[in-house]
Amino acid sequence: MANRANASTTPAPAGAAGAGELVVTRQRRRYSRLTRIDKRLMVLMVGIPLALDLILIWGPTVASILLSFTNWSGIGPLTPANVVGLKNYQTLFFSYLFFWPAVKHNVIWLAFFTFISTPIGMFFAVLLDRELRGGRIYQSIFFMPVVLSLVVVGFIWELQYAPNDGFINNFFGLVKSHHIVDWLGDPNINLYSVLIAASWRQVGYIMVLYLAGLKSVDLALREAAKVDGANEVQTFFRVVLPVMAPINVVVVVITAIESLRAFDIAYIVNRGKNGLELLSTLITNNSLSEASLVGFGSAIAVVLLVVSLVPIMLFLSRVMRTLQ
Amino acid sequence: MGDSRFVRRSSKLELPGLERELSLSQALSRRDILKIAGYSSLAAFLAACGVTSTTTTNTGTGGSLNLGSNESDPGPKKGMEAIVAAFTAANGGTKVKLNTVDHGTFQDQISSYLQATPDDAFTWFSGHRMRFFAAQGLATPIDDVWDSVKSNFTGAFAESVKGDDGHFYGIPRDYYPWCVFYRKSVFAAHSYKIPTNWDDFTALAAQMQKDGLTPISMGDKDGWPAQGTFDIINLRLNGYQFHVELCAGKQKWTDPRVTAVFKKWADLAKYYQAGLAGTTWQQAADMVVRKQAGMYLLGLFVSDQFKAAGQDALDDLDFFPFPDLGTQYDAEKALDAPIDIWMVTKKSPTLNADLAQAKAWMTFWAKGSTQLTMFQNAPGLIPTASDADTSSYSPLQKKAAQIISNAKRITQFFDRDSRPDFAGANGMQSFLLTYLQNPNADTTSLQGKMQSFWDSLPPEK
Repeated sequence: MANRANASTTPAPAGAAGAGELVVTRQRRRYSRLTRIDKRLMVLMVGIPLALDLILIWGPTVASILLSFTNWSGIGPLTPANVVGLKNYQTLFFSYLFFWPAVKHNVIWLAFFTFISTPIGMFFAVLLDRELRGGRIYQSIFFMPVVLSLVVVGFIWELQYAPNDGFINNFFGLVKSHHIVDWLGDPNINLYSVLIAASWRQVGYIMVLYLAGLKSVDLALREAAKVDGANEVQTFFRVVLPVMAPINVVVVVITAIESLRAFDIAYIVNRGKNGLELLSTLITNNSLSEASLVGFGSAIAVVLLVVSLVPIMLFLSRVMRTLQ
Repeated sequence: MGDSRFVRRSSKLELPGLERELSLSQALSRRDILKIAGYSSLAAFLAACGVTSTTTTNTGTGGSLNLGSNESDPGPKKGMEAIVAAFTAANGGTKVKLNTVDHGTFQDQISSYLQATPDDAFTWFSGHRMRFFAAQGLATPIDDVWDSVKSNFTGAFAESVKGDDGHFYGIPRDYYPWCVFYRKSVFAAHSYKIPTNWDDFTALAAQMQKDGLTPISMGDKDGWPAQGTFDIINLRLNGYQFHVELCAGKQKWTDPRVTAVFKKWADLAKYYQAGLAGTTWQQAADMVVRKQAGMYLLGLFVSDQFKAAGQDALDDLDFFPFPDLGTQYDAEKALDAPIDIWMVTKKSPTLNADLAQAKAWMTFWAKGSTQLTMFQNAPGLIPTASDADTSSYSPLQKKAAQIISNAKRITQFFDRDSRPDFAGANGMQSFLLTYLQNPNADTTSLQGKMQSFWDSLPPEK
């Protein structure tokens, strides 16, 4: 960056003219163009982000991985006596009651977002893209929840779902007829109740992403498809959707990451218990609360890290490929 | 119970945040200034003479003191500030710095707080939670203070601030009993009688159901309220000693005596309202306020919910102790009455200089008059000192104090008597919610899970 910015301000023409005799001197000239200030700038611009990255991201990551082999409680010094090897992982995989339910809940979360929230968001985007009357108003309404944090979404939906005082049970007359549905308390359904609340927000997010994508699709493509005799559905699935491939990748990655880091709403509802266990709430409840099972919590965090690396690497490799 | 207040706050949409506050230090009086001037010139004189002397004996007056407080709710916070002002005035102008931190945040950060650079003294809970940090060497014993003030506390309070090593680590400052609450007007309208034994209790519940009431309200969304019911049934059925040992892991969760508790509980659980696992304790309390539910087992802090509904509702609120179960342990009259305490830290950087002041502060809090100042600002928190003037108590508060003084044994509440990692959300809270899903089911496998979960926890040092 520094190099290029500097090059554009120097009066000498850049060596890109392609003249053969310049090739020899070019190397040396480009080298010499980096003044000492340039070099310092480069060190600063690469060094500061790198240092921050190491200190704030890789430091804690490595620390978590190391801590996951200990039974450290967070109190007192960490001694060799604290090292327990793979015991935390053994407990986690084979005897910890809440681990596999949490994994299952994360997977359900991912499936729900992928197969329900995302198609609905896409559907809204297609509808709104057709310049309906009042489209702006609908767009604002659907987008409104996106500006709310999931914590606030949780509070809002808690009130709707409350068994005796809540809107939903009263609206459907379930309180009067004594058929109360415990939306957030029944471990068989509360995950889906929470997913509906989370989707209320997620749908708007996906919608906006696809709206932007749809706007960028060349009109000529649609017209060409029409001329070829394709109907609306064919046009969308055969022409428009493939053209939006980059958006699709972004949406897939966002969905995966949102599902893995799902936390706020389950924690607000009941601190992630009784059917709402998630990997993230287990980490918090074990290592950040008074429980202070720091080592064990770190082991869960490492598992989540490993799982998270998959979508992240997919995303990065995709980005790298498009850059090339 | 500590969590209660955290959850109460959350429901008001207030997110935990760090809140720090400096109290206005009282202006030094002229005499104090002269005193300080006198001491410092004396010190200068000694230094000039080259006498190697230890610093002048700290009498505990004047000087400074740093306090960490978790009383972040408006009422108790006001009370704390008033007490700080009174202490400064009474203690030769001690400069007190009061750091008030949000209740939930304080609790979550307690380990790192006590290990880093804590204040000189801090608010905390008695029971296992106190003994744990005392055993970790993160608290300073205050046996000398306790010796001078113990005559002002009953034996049950003394027991609650004693560490595993036999030393005393805290001053009890307030408490609140767990009892069965009801509205007097509802009982009068149906001419219900206060049940004193199990048969009367369940018969009353059955009658209430016939009368179209939810007999017993229960809101266990937050996980801890059901622990109160487990505590009291276990105490009545199996006694104090077994309960305490069970909480400490010295008894097995697979014990048939625990099975008996769940069996007994099932007789009550059928009278709870539907949807209890999605109901907060506040919503459950509101059902009693609205006369939809007849009875409610909770801590005295439930009165907040009635106060919010108006003075009439608060005046109509009454309670009775949990009925006897016809065992030898009825005589213990044991109950949960969580006690809040003051403790002295160990790692405070200023403690060397301020230890005498911190002890003066502890002594100050052992007075009934000090605790009354708090009580006037937070009526749910009853003073612990025997010499507290009870003339300003409401009938409800008088009764609460009466019940406590009758109790031979006091427990702190499940999550204060057991390890926090066992009692928490991914632990006993979950297990009890599972139990309440289907109270009549066989609990063998559930009890097995409880025990294997306990066994999987690393030893507490």
